[in-house]
Amino acid sequence: MSTTTSTTDPRRKAPAGERVADWADGRLGIYSLAKTNMRKIFPDHWSFMLGEICLYSFLIIILTGVYLTLFFHPSMNEVEYHGSYIPLQGQLMSEAFASTLDISFDVRGGLLIRQIHHWAAIVFLAGMFVHMMRVFFTGAFRKPREINWMFGFLLFVLGMFTGFTGYSLPDDLLSGTGVRFTQGAILATPIVGTYISMFLFGGEFPGTDFVARFYSIHILLLPGIMLGLVVGHLILVWYHKHTQFAGPGKTNKNVVGMPLLPVYTAKAGGFFFLVFGFIAMVAGIASINPIWVLGPYRPDQVSTGAQPDWYMGFAEGLIRAMPGWEINLWGHTLVLGVFIPLVLFGLFLGVIALYPFIESWVTGDKREHHILDRPRNAPTRTAFGVAWVTSYMIMLIGGGNDIVATHFHLSINSVTWFVRIGFFVGPVIAFVVTKRICLGLQRRDRDKVLHGRESGIIKRLPHGEFIEVHEPLSQEALHTLTAHDQYQPAEIGPAVDENGVERKVNGTQKLRAKLSNAYFGEDNQIPKPTAEEYKEITSGHGHH
Amino acid sequence: MKKLSARRRHPLAAVVVLLLALAATGGLYTAFAPADKAQADTSAQSLAIDEGKKLYAVGCASCHGTGGEGTTDGPSLVGVGAAAVDFQVGTGRMPAQQPGAQIPAKKVIYSQAEIDQLAAFVAALGAGPSVPTEEQYSPEGADIAEGGELFRTNCAQCHNFTGKGGALTNGKYAPTLEDVDPKHIYEAMQTGPQNMPSFPDTTLTEKNKQDIIAYLDVVNSDDSASPGGLELGGLGPVSEGLFGWIFGLGGLIAVAVWVAARTAKAKKS
Amino acid sequence: MSSQDTPEENLPAERAADEHGAVRVADEKDPFADPGLPPHEHRIQDIDERAAKRSERAVAFLFTLSMLATIGFIAAFVAIPKDEIVYIFPLGHISGLNFALGMTLGLALFCIGAGAVHWARTLMSDVEITDERHPIAAEPEVKAKVLADFKEGAQESGLGRRKLIRNTMFGALTLVPLSGIVLLRDLGPLPEDKLRHTLWSKGKLLVNMNTNEPLRPADVVVGSLTFAMPEGLEEHDHDFQNEIAKAALMIVRLQPDDIKDKQELAWSYEGIVAYSKICTHVGCPISLYEQQTHHVLCPCHQSTFDLSDGARVIFGPAGHALPQLRIGVNDEGYLEALSDFEEPVGPAFWERG
Repeated sequence: MSTTTSTTDPRRKAPAGERVADWADGRLGIYSLAKTNMRKIFPDHWSFMLGEICLYSFLIIILTGVYLTLFFHPSMNEVEYHGSYIPLQGQLMSEAFASTLDISFDVRGGLLIRQIHHWAAIVFLAGMFVHMMRVFFTGAFRKPREINWMFGFLLFVLGMFTGFTGYSLPDDLLSGTGVRFTQGAILATPIVGTYISMFLFGGEFPGTDFVARFYSIHILLLPGIMLGLVVGHLILVWYHKHTQFAGPGKTNKNVVGMPLLPVYTAKAGGFFFLVFGFIAMVAGIASINPIWVLGPYRPDQVSTGAQPDWYMGFAEGLIRAMPGWEINLWGHTLVLGVFIPLVLFGLFLGVIALYPFIESWVTGDKREHHILDRPRNAPTRTAFGVAWVTSYMIMLIGGGNDIVATHFHLSINSVTWFVRIGFFVGPVIAFVVTKRICLGLQRRDRDKVLHGRESGIIKRLPHGEFIEVHEPLSQEALHTLTAHDQYQPAEIGPAVDENGVERKVNGTQKLRAKLSNAYFGEDNQIPKPTAEEYKEITSGHGHH
Repeated sequence: MKKLSARRRHPLAAVVVLLLALAATGGLYTAFAPADKAQADTSAQSLAIDEGKKLYAVGCASCHGTGGEGTTDGPSLVGVGAAAVDFQVGTGRMPAQQPGAQIPAKKVIYSQAEIDQLAAFVAALGAGPSVPTEEQYSPEGADIAEGGELFRTNCAQCHNFTGKGGALTNGKYAPTLEDVDPKHIYEAMQTGPQNMPSFPDTTLTEKNKQDIIAYLDVVNSDDSASPGGLELGGLGPVSEGLFGWIFGLGGLIAVAVWVAARTAKAKKS
Repeated sequence: MSSQDTPEENLPAERAADEHGAVRVADEKDPFADPGLPPHEHRIQDIDERAAKRSERAVAFLFTLSMLATIGFIAAFVAIPKDEIVYIFPLGHISGLNFALGMTLGLALFCIGAGAVHWARTLMSDVEITDERHPIAAEPEVKAKVLADFKEGAQESGLGRRKLIRNTMFGALTLVPLSGIVLLRDLGPLPEDKLRHTLWSKGKLLVNMNTNEPLRPADVVVGSLTFAMPEGLEEHDHDFQNEIAKAALMIVRLQPDDIKDKQELAWSYEGIVAYSKICTHVGCPISLYEQQTHHVLCPCHQSTFDLSDGARVIFGPAGHALPQLRIGVNDEGYLEALSDFEEPVGPAFWERG
């Protein structure tokens, strides 16, 4: 064996690490893998680490989740509680609730792990939301990353449902109310609603099955799919190589940053520990989902302030804001008051999921993009994104309308009306304002490039005029500020071709031309300075 | 209660008159449903009733009518009983300052002795629940777990799991039960102040009420334990979500900024 | 498709591929040309060995702190009783064990991360490296080869030619998942009329949920709120949860003059009305009763019902009024149900009609 090693001196015995690597290479081909990957480059930017926050909180959730399964009993058998929490002594509750109490009070460290699990879930979803917005506003979803955008979107949606099935497991009064809501919403589904409800709950609500069923969905089905998607997501990030912001030396054909070994390994590996440590400390100081004060679930009991975890708050807002429409026809009931919000929930998320495909259709751009946009340089996209987030946030307010009402001394009815109107008006205002701001910033960039940076030095000219000295920008800044792409709006072209034959223009082409104009028309982007403009100004005002 | 006794000898008449002049400018919406307790309180000393009548004429009559018969600004007090007076005046809700969706609790301006006299006068107008004795509302020896279940059946829907309060329609709200005197909790259940329904002894026994008070004493007092750490207002997922976003994700992003930031260079050229 | 494509001139020009990493001076033609990566600047640690030593010590300190924290974690686990409540400002009265474990575990993990990152930031090389990207799409020759291979393979399989095989295979593949769907059938029973009936029936007494005693009309005073369940239902019953989910009852007494709805008055007893406690929106136990306005609010989605007017919806997302239970008094003077609810309680559904 030693004769085949590539060491220069065959008599020298290779170090142990190398021998292990040789062994592995003979079976896995690790040297060829490492050749291209060990020094793989990752650009440094804080916003590129949002995805890592998600990845690590996901790993933390899996680790702590496995621990929790060792003590949790996913059973709805009724038991009388005799554990250490006094205010529930002798109460009837499901085994699921009782075992969660035991994890919290009788297993040392159980409460900490429960809280790490739940806080990590909150952070995971919040992290995914912000990560998604980072990708959206910088245009990182463009070719070749549309599929990875979809993977990420699916992870967000699956994360929502994994979270929901998870916090329903303790069978406490708050989550039980949420499950009851889910059952009511399922009943509202036309035609099949009652059947799905009976099948899901094994009969009438609440039955004795849903905790066990949610359990297998929560710990096996959904996380299994998510794990697969996470792996796929990472493989694609690896394969596409990370995007980067424009800057000196950074082109669409390269990636500039630090190598995987050693810097990125230390930073990314270290960041895992930072995230885990931080969440552990949060779990040590802040209580989350204290089920012992919520009490066991009873379908005839409820508490005010009945909200889902934040990531379902937007759906909750839709439900709360919806007027109570119900249509009774031919012996059937169409429960629009519940069904419309359910449909809207899907549509609203679907719009953002499909956005990359809509934008690439409008631009007609089939090229690869590895340089990120600054949000201001894509005003229509940025405005659309802000409008979407505005609607989302207004619905979050709607989901907590009772808490908003009590804490700001408002009427709950007024808050609901604000949400009803705001859902439609808010995004329009946000769109217009954002676009104006983006165009203003583009104009400022243009001025900076052409006239230089305001130096703050005021000079008096011989004839008495005061001027502010503008310093010309460095070559790096000039390049960075002009590096973005600008599209021309698509045109339908003349209605009659060169031979005088009338051209057929169909509706989609017209729509596309309109949209394209909305994106790249004269009023919708500020033309970036050209070399000619720059030269003319710099030569004319050379004395500055 | 300490505050009350500290103010016992304050010459407050002028303040009372001033407040009432303000209060009378608006309508008062507080109404009391006749409570059930058919326990006549005619044996109260006539002296207290007389004193109470004087206080009533100054502080209450403008809204509730000179004989407690009620006006458009305030409901009839006939039959509301001493417990209602002790609750309303003892928590500072009465006399009301201004009309609104709901009359809030505020600083108490009568001494306990004056409240007792007012209560005696109103009790004399018609039979109603009397002020509970300490034996009735003391949480000593009550069943905490049973109280918790009763609380979740009867109270949590408005006052939240641990009595942090919640919203009602059109700007009304169920107030927080933090730091509320057990006597006042008992009286509120018995008399149903403002929009709160009453829970008379016939449907929620004295023992039931004691259990509820005992439960609140454990989960909603200054030294109630919150084993998991910061209680975050005890409001559930809304405050948890805010905390998770601001401190959880916010803190992690701050860490990320440090990880990704460039290390200081030796010299700025 | 080609008509949908943007003409080349509408797309922004591709930037000339620069010699990456090479420092270039702006040429006359393009004043905005890429100057290339800026030259590397040294950190203090790169040129001052004492600063590097300081960094080294800081990293080692963090790793040591982590070790100490882990020992602290084990010590806390062993030493602190699990039910000890301590007061820690500003957190309040909290579990000492949870706090100690969280802080020590957090510190142990955080310090490893902080050490590694500090090491990477101050001591590992910070020279930026450039890596080339390669187009993801295959070269035309590769594409042609793959397509040819695929065609050959497809031809050899005869899938296109032997239609019988193809069609039966598709048929089999389409049918086989049906077994999986059929297997799901026994997840639960069919709905039938389960959602239409509750435990209430003629003659069932209204039992107070607080006292477990049957209610008399005199127990229920104007302005009070009482919850009741049907006689015979016990909290220990195995089907208690399912039954109470439909049968939960909310009882209030109004002045008969205040009742605006005729049917409500007819189904009441001396102003005592009994309504389903289950919201008709999605089924929360609705019971935020305002005794002066007679409004009842749902804490989940704020549907508001007017109990003095047939419990009709006056605000919020519920689509229909709360069902009322017809009540009367039996020979012994107890409140009793005169029938089951006339309509399904709880959320609306397709077959409700």
